[in-house]
Amino acid sequence: MVKKNRIATFILILAAFAVLIGFTTPQIVKNIKLGLDLQGGFEVLYQVKPAKKGQKIDNDVLKSAVQALDRRVNVLGVSEPNITIEGKDRIRVQLAGVKDQNNARKLLSTKAQLTFRDVNDKVLLDGSDLKGGGSKVTYNQQNQPIVQLTLKDGDKFGEVTKKVMNMGPGQNQLVIWLDYEKGDSYKAEAGKKDPKFISAPSVNSVLDQKQVVIEGRFTQEEAQNLADILNAGALPVKLKEVYSTSVGAKFGEQALHDTIYAGFIGVAIIFLFMLLYYRIPGLVAVITLSIYIYLILLIFDWMNGVLTLPGIAALILGVGMAVDANIITYERIKEELRSGKSVMSAFKAGNRRSFTTIFDANITTILAAGVLFAYGTSSVKGFALVLIISVLASFITAVYGSRVFLGLLVKSRWLDKKPGYFGVKESEISEL
Amino acid sequence: MSFNYDFVKHRKIFFIFSSIITVLGIVSLLVFGLNLGIDYESGSKAEVQAKTSINAEDLSDTLNSVGLKPEEIPVLAGQNNQRASVAYNKVLSKDEIAKFKTTIKDKYGTEPSVSTVSPVVGRELARNALISVLIASVGIIIYVGLRFEFLMALAAIIALLHDAFMIIAVFSFLRLEVDLTFIAAVLTIVGYSINDTIVTFDRIRENMKKTRIKNKDVLAGVVHDSIKQTLTRSINTVLTVLVAAVALWIFGSESIRNFSIALFIGLMFGMYSSICIASQLWFVWKAKQLKKRNFKPADSQA
Repeated sequence: MVKKNRIATFILILAAFAVLIGFTTPQIVKNIKLGLDLQGGFEVLYQVKPAKKGQKIDNDVLKSAVQALDRRVNVLGVSEPNITIEGKDRIRVQLAGVKDQNNARKLLSTKAQLTFRDVNDKVLLDGSDLKGGGSKVTYNQQNQPIVQLTLKDGDKFGEVTKKVMNMGPGQNQLVIWLDYEKGDSYKAEAGKKDPKFISAPSVNSVLDQKQVVIEGRFTQEEAQNLADILNAGALPVKLKEVYSTSVGAKFGEQALHDTIYAGFIGVAIIFLFMLLYYRIPGLVAVITLSIYIYLILLIFDWMNGVLTLPGIAALILGVGMAVDANIITYERIKEELRSGKSVMSAFKAGNRRSFTTIFDANITTILAAGVLFAYGTSSVKGFALVLIISVLASFITAVYGSRVFLGLLVKSRWLDKKPGYFGVKESEISEL
Repeated sequence: MSFNYDFVKHRKIFFIFSSIITVLGIVSLLVFGLNLGIDYESGSKAEVQAKTSINAEDLSDTLNSVGLKPEEIPVLAGQNNQRASVAYNKVLSKDEIAKFKTTIKDKYGTEPSVSTVSPVVGRELARNALISVLIASVGIIIYVGLRFEFLMALAAIIALLHDAFMIIAVFSFLRLEVDLTFIAAVLTIVGYSINDTIVTFDRIRENMKKTRIKNKDVLAGVVHDSIKQTLTRSINTVLTVLVAAVALWIFGSESIRNFSIALFIGLMFGMYSSICIASQLWFVWKAKQLKKRNFKPADSQA
């Protein structure tokens, strides 16, 4: 006698999952952040070097450098910057989806040390005299963009301008430099068509004011960048690029498309194989694997994880590994059926006996992945994380999910005396 | 089941086979080394994509005209040669990369991908991965030693290192490029290999409880039966994971192609080593242990 209510429950749960997955997946997929290898962007690993002699690179210095970088990245309007300290003296910056990569890179690594010097390159004012957040773009009479700065102390500027004015005609220039480097000199640059300094206005009167404007033949964008970068503050350190990789948006798009396509084909073949080889349990495996994939995406979304190319690969592989738990269980059930047990008792024995196998195998895999996560860097870490999530999710779906779904069908008695539905031939069954 | 190959009887063949490959692998590594990508050697690599087919000479000339002469003529790939990769032996500076990007974007319309690296990072990552595997191995030995037995833990670790080494050896033979994703692939195989071995050992453990081990033949019987009972599972599982790896290999993005190949090789060796190396090593060691305990050398000889 087939208990129809069990089958009805089976169909009901299945329908509930189908609705849940069908309605929420598009939103989840939309929420998941893509790594720069999947949407274009760039990654730079900087080695942090002291900006001044004798400066020590410790954790506090690294932290303040990260904060400064973070403020600069905000200028760029990147939605999900990832700036992390690595090891003792490295900072990794990952910017996905940046439109103008060249500009972004320039903006990141410039020290943004503004100095006011006299014609003999002696420092009169530097970035520490600027009021934070006091820079903005305005326009002069010719409607050209200029950068307006705010100083902390107006009297100091008065002294400086007085000093410069007193140097006499021909010498009374206040030279404004961004990122002055040792060896640069006003005299060498002054004659050039495109000098390194920003501008060198002549000073003809003492200016006791806090507001200072810089005119430097800026384009609108350049002026805006300079103002932003001055607001974000100077970097407390020097950054040297150790490693950089940039992915064109088109490449990222194509990689995403190709890999997902490959994933669909791989998963489709696995599903087909399970259906043909394991029949009804195979169908249950297809259901639980679909829930597994959904679950992984959901967890990933909750964790705010960034999906990268190796991550997708780990996900697809995870499906293969999740299938393993199903296969171990179903093989065990088939063995029990072959030994002459009824469908009901084969199902129970198969579940019980396969549990320790799956448990031990998964624990050792998690152990290995855990070590990778703890010790690995960047891409290895991401890969290990997806692997750990995969193993945990597969344990839930393939062991417990499979039990519930297959249990309902078995307990409905619909499968009684139908070993063929498990892929077991009558001729293989030995008499008890 | 009709399949009845005696893995235990032929164990020496497997030991010899694996030893030969290991020796060849070591020789190959010593003579040819690995084909290290720029992830391990200092340099720069750029990928260019165009809407129409690319002329390598033309691309080279264009770059030359802005002072970025490539080391060699760019290598073309993709449908109708729409992709090209350009290599430099030096690390391009930020400004040079900017120039490269602008030049290519103006000419071909899409932004290229550019990577630069100093060898320190790649080497550090590789060393890091190696240390991780060793630490993981210790962890596995402890866990498997407690849940199973020490000999099984040891055999599982040897199988694991065997599989990891095989991928490295095959990559050396075939001169396939080793990049950062290669490490991830080797690590996956480490995870998979241990998983596969444990499933077989689990069955041996179960059958050992049911049987009274009188001599080496009975022990051989247990190993044989256990392998036979788990063989369908081993094959089916490896098939499904292989399908995933092959799909990634054929249809996946070019940048994870070597990753997929490494996985493919590792998966094959992973299944082989569980059955033909780990189980057999355990058998040999266990038989010796048995012999010592029995104090009757003649009795345990097959």
